[in-house]
Amino acid sequence: MATRKMVDVFSDIDRDSALKANPSGYAITELAAEDERIITLTADLSNVLAEFRKAFPERYIELGIAETNSVSLAAGLASCGFVPYIFSMAPFGVLKTAEQLRTDADYNHLPVRLVGRLSGLAMGYFGTSHYAVEDISIARTMANTTVVAPADPNAVLALMRSTAGLQGPVYIRIAEATEPVYNAVPEFAHGQWPRLREGTDVTLAGHGMGVGLAVGAAKVLAEEHGISADVYDAAYLKPHDETAIVASARRTGKVLTIEDHLEIGGLGSIVAETVARHKLVVDLKQVALPDTDLEVGVPAELYEHYGLTVNGVVAKALELVKG
Amino acid sequence: MVDETQNPAVTLERGRPVTDTELLRRADWIRLQTVELIAQAGLGHYSSTFSCAEIVATLYYHALRLRPGEPDWPDRDRFLLGKGHVATGLWPVLADLGYYPADWLKQFGKVGSPLNDHPNMRLARGIDFSSGSLGHNLSVGTGMALGARLAGRDYRTFVLTGDGELQEGQVWEAAMAASHYKLGNLVAIVDANGFSGSGPTSQAMNIEPLPERFAAFGWLTREIDGHDVTALRQTFDTLPDTSSEQPVCIVARTRKGHGVDMMEKQPQAWHLGLLTSEQQADVVAEITARMELAAGTAI
Repeated sequence: MATRKMVDVFSDIDRDSALKANPSGYAITELAAEDERIITLTADLSNVLAEFRKAFPERYIELGIAETNSVSLAAGLASCGFVPYIFSMAPFGVLKTAEQLRTDADYNHLPVRLVGRLSGLAMGYFGTSHYAVEDISIARTMANTTVVAPADPNAVLALMRSTAGLQGPVYIRIAEATEPVYNAVPEFAHGQWPRLREGTDVTLAGHGMGVGLAVGAAKVLAEEHGISADVYDAAYLKPHDETAIVASARRTGKVLTIEDHLEIGGLGSIVAETVARHKLVVDLKQVALPDTDLEVGVPAELYEHYGLTVNGVVAKALELVKG
Repeated sequence: MVDETQNPAVTLERGRPVTDTELLRRADWIRLQTVELIAQAGLGHYSSTFSCAEIVATLYYHALRLRPGEPDWPDRDRFLLGKGHVATGLWPVLADLGYYPADWLKQFGKVGSPLNDHPNMRLARGIDFSSGSLGHNLSVGTGMALGARLAGRDYRTFVLTGDGELQEGQVWEAAMAASHYKLGNLVAIVDANGFSGSGPTSQAMNIEPLPERFAAFGWLTREIDGHDVTALRQTFDTLPDTSSEQPVCIVARTRKGHGVDMMEKQPQAWHLGLLTSEQQADVVAEITARMELAAGTAI
């Protein structure tokens, strides 16, 4: 087996690399051209805004390694009519600042946007301090906050655009280890999950990198096992698509959720809460991170270790279908 | 009588004429109103409200540029209550200036009331930002001051903090950012009453020397007696222009419980509490007597 190495997920040096490796930095430059209220802020993550800083140097605010200040300061800007986008590493941008996000942005219904790059295990080899695997469970308990997790670069562009005009805060959880899912920029309706494949044997729902895995696994399940999967892009985690979950769970009776997040509080919990509320008897399984100390390593190897691979998803789906 | 402040066109300009006697009377009126509101709610922060009564009076009746009939007017000066637990002293002021009917005070502390122990910008007109979690509002104010620069507006942003609040690390993140961005349109006022929730600030965690610390972070500092309304007025009147390049920190040395003898002697006991009816009568008599003496109406 070839040795897997850490790749540079931090920098974009030109427009092409920005669109490929850093679609959020590219998307915000486009949005800012259309809306002069948009400001960007970072806590020492200026390299992901190379495009933006070139286009709008006066609308970029660097705040140094001070994430909590960046959130409260953004709330102050938002209260004066600006729409601030904070670009942050997900673990520090959400977990360290959870109270500022709640108290200053969410409770006050202010249009603060947090773009959390390097979510999940994306910084695997740097150590568990750099993991953002509890972020969805925290962000989605905030009453006025919208939480989205794009599946690929095209979905990043689509979801940043579809949430740009919201009155309240938005957490945009950027996953780096994605496979292309959309070959063009899709349209997202607020709170709805695109149905990527129709099937009747098992439901596969993922967000972020989990969507590409679900699509890949559905293909293998169909071609090699004769199993038809109902596949959803659970891009909206708050609000989530209650209708889609219920309809699909009724059809298949078996739901597998796929996410680079702890098994507590993320998509798996959303689905479990929803089917319970609707009194559905459904078999549920998760491809997610266990509720225990996590390993440290190069992301690709960690994904393998935790079953966040097409094969891992296929194996869990087979367990679910075959019992 | 028509309340002119309800007319959106009426702007209360900075530096409005007012006598020291009137400001002192207004500060004592804030104390009396606070005593009444706390009695109604059943519990409240007396002594920390009293330490900043002169500061609040001088800001709202002299220094701030306001338009009570149009609370969201973009060019108003902002006032943030970092030490949000003293909002009880602000509610009667905002009612008096016409932000909302005085009747609202009767609902203070009740479920559904817009007025509570800490201020909520979504509920009460005149509140520029919510507060309660100490240490946030200097960051918020820094954002507002940056916003003024980005929008080309000349409003000033004032943030009133406690001295204990400065133990929060986030305050110093904001202090760094404010001087880095040369925000001469931002003013931090420290109500340095020397106490925090459970005892003297210096015993909990020393935060002095405050002027030197803010100066080291690049701020222009002033140190004054926070009960001296002449000094407060002059300090606000001589603030550098909003286009200047150094944020300003006014360290206002105050006494927790100022204006009520028994609270000055036991400031900690009255950080959070409720006066008995006998105590309340004594406190009201003490404050009222001083107000009458100042007005020349004492018998």
